[in-house]
This record gives sequence, structure tokens and C-alpha cells, in this order.
Amino acid sequence: MSFIEWIRQPWPWYVAGPLIGLMVPALLIMGNRTLGISSSLRHACAACVPFDIHFFKYDWKKEIWNLLFVAGIIVGGFITATFLSNPDPIIVNPKLAEEMSGYGITNYTGIIPSEIFNWPALLTARGLIMIVFGGFLVGFGTRYAGGCTSGHAIMGLSNLQWPSLVATCCFMAGGFIMANLILPFILKL
Amino acid sequence: MDNIKDIKKPVAIIDTNTDFEVRSLDAMCVNAATVAEPKWHIIKYFIMGILFGIILIKAEVISWFRIQEMFRLQSFHMFGVIGSAVVVGMISVFLIKKFNIKTIYGEKIVLEDKKFNKGQIYGGLIFGFGWALTGACPGPLFAQIGYGSTIVIVTLFSAIAGTWVYGLFREKLPH
Repeated sequence: MSFIEWIRQPWPWYVAGPLIGLMVPALLIMGNRTLGISSSLRHACAACVPFDIHFFKYDWKKEIWNLLFVAGIIVGGFITATFLSNPDPIIVNPKLAEEMSGYGITNYTGIIPSEIFNWPALLTARGLIMIVFGGFLVGFGTRYAGGCTSGHAIMGLSNLQWPSLVATCCFMAGGFIMANLILPFILKL
Repeated sequence: MDNIKDIKKPVAIIDTNTDFEVRSLDAMCVNAATVAEPKWHIIKYFIMGILFGIILIKAEVISWFRIQEMFRLQSFHMFGVIGSAVVVGMISVFLIKKFNIKTIYGEKIVLEDKKFNKGQIYGGLIFGFGWALTGACPGPLFAQIGYGSTIVIVTLFSAIAGTWVYGLFREKLPH
């Protein structure tokens, strides 16, 4: 197997997880930056639509590193798609595949199910809720919580912050409630 | 008269600090480096972002299906990724503190403590709902767009709108 074939495979958790964890010391040693991504959404507001809102009236240019970091993530995604992508469909738990086929989701070639997330779907109730409303909850919730998976779960827990543990448990609780109790009704729409 | 002068001085100091105060409002956005680094050095964060994007995709943590598996306890993968990332991060932060490791500019590494407020509960639950719906937290949103899922641009703009609405109603929300 050539190197490129080897690297194209999905990386196991014990490779990817530690690499993600190493982002924490890398950013700290590079210049005292703490890993956190949802802040970039706030900087975008402060840069483009601050109006007269106190929360957005600060010098976002001081946080420009964060915007460059997320721009890098976009480029990283593009590079992976172009040179490093896995040609095979994602392998999921058969139980999940069985449940999803009940909602008409059978295409596992993409990173998101093309049956739900596509442009025409914006005109359907299901698509609108999952694409637009879902995104709104992500942006509203992360800022309300003061961080997301990177800022609280990874950076906060790495620094032994108990409020981050509370936040992480609530992320998980919210996800469990939505995925198991509410999402089935939305997927049936 | 001297007293009045004394009172005025600290007020002026607080005024100059306002920018920092606003940025630090939710204890997440005060990553200020005080040592001036050459401007072009900022490109290192762009490169780190590229690496982070590649890792996120190759780990499949940006997959809607992996997120659904996680919340249905059907796979260990996501828990393994987040868990091992936290362990490595914890050891790193411990070592940085223990050996007083400095930044490459010789600056002391400062980590702010996060203050608890009820937002971490309410906001956390709301984000959890969004995470299970979209299958993405903020980092993966950017990675998915780069990977070619153009529809996620809509999700990203919604997320920015959500952040903006939070800022608008921040004072009225329970914290």
C-alpha cells in the first residue's frame, strides 16, 4: 500500500484524537492563543454587523488570528477533498443504517446525508429545520455557553475547568435528547 | 480638590480597558499576546487551521453519521477522539504549567479560568440540540464547506445569525 493510499483511509480515533489534543499546546506555545472556534462567529458579527450591541463593540482585529485559523480549516477541508479523500462510503453501525433507511437516507458517500442537506431541501420543512434552524441553535447555544466542543470540551477540560465540564455534559445531554427523542419526528417530515 | 483628581484617574484607566472587558465577557475571547510579534507571523495560525481541518475530516468527526452514532451510543469512535484529545491536552497543559514553558517569544503562558454561569447549562443544551440536528459543531462547519458541501454555507450563516441574536438579547437572558 502506498503512502497516499494509507493516508487516505479514515484515521482511527487513537491517531486523530491525540493530534487534535496537540493543537492545545501548539497554539499556546505559538503565541498564548487558546483553542476555540465558536469565537470566530462572534468576531464575524463584530466585524460585519456590530450595530450598537455592547457584546460586539470591541476591536475584532485583535482576534484576527482566530479568523485566520477558521479560514485555514476551510482550506484544510479543500485540500483533504482534493488530495486525501477516502473514496469509499463511510461505514456506520448497521443499527443506524437500518434506522436511517426508514427515513429514506441511504447515501453514505458524503460527509453529510445528501438526502437532507441539499439546496432544494431548503424549501422543505425538514431541510429548513435541520439546515437553518439547526445552524441557528449552534451559533446561539455556543455563545450562550461561552464555547463549543473545542473551547469547552477540549481546551476547558485540558485546563481542568469545572464550568467546562458542566458545559460539555450539557452539550451531550442536548445531543442525546435531540437525536433520540426529537430528531426521529423531524426526519419523518 | 486633590481628592477629585484621584477619583478621576482610575476612571480613565477603566475606559482604556473597555475593549478587553467586552472581549472577555464570556471568558472565551481574551487570547491577547502582549509581546509584539512580526505581523506576518500570524500566518502560522492559518497553517494550524489547515492542519486542524485535515485532521477533523480524516477523523470523520465532521460526519453527520458519526455524530448520530455518538448520540445513540452506537460507536466508540467520537468518544475516543474527544477523550484522547482531552487527555493529550490535559497532559500538555500540566507540563506547560509544571515546567513554566514559555511561548516562542519568551512570554509566560497564561490560561484564564472560566467562570461558571447558568449559560453553560442553557446554552450547552441548546448547542447540543443544534449539534445533533446539523451534525456539526462550529469547527466542522468550516471543514464541511471546504470539503465541498456548499449547502453548509447556509448553516454557517445561520450560526452567525444565532450568535448575533444572542448578543442582542444577552442582557435579558438568565446567566
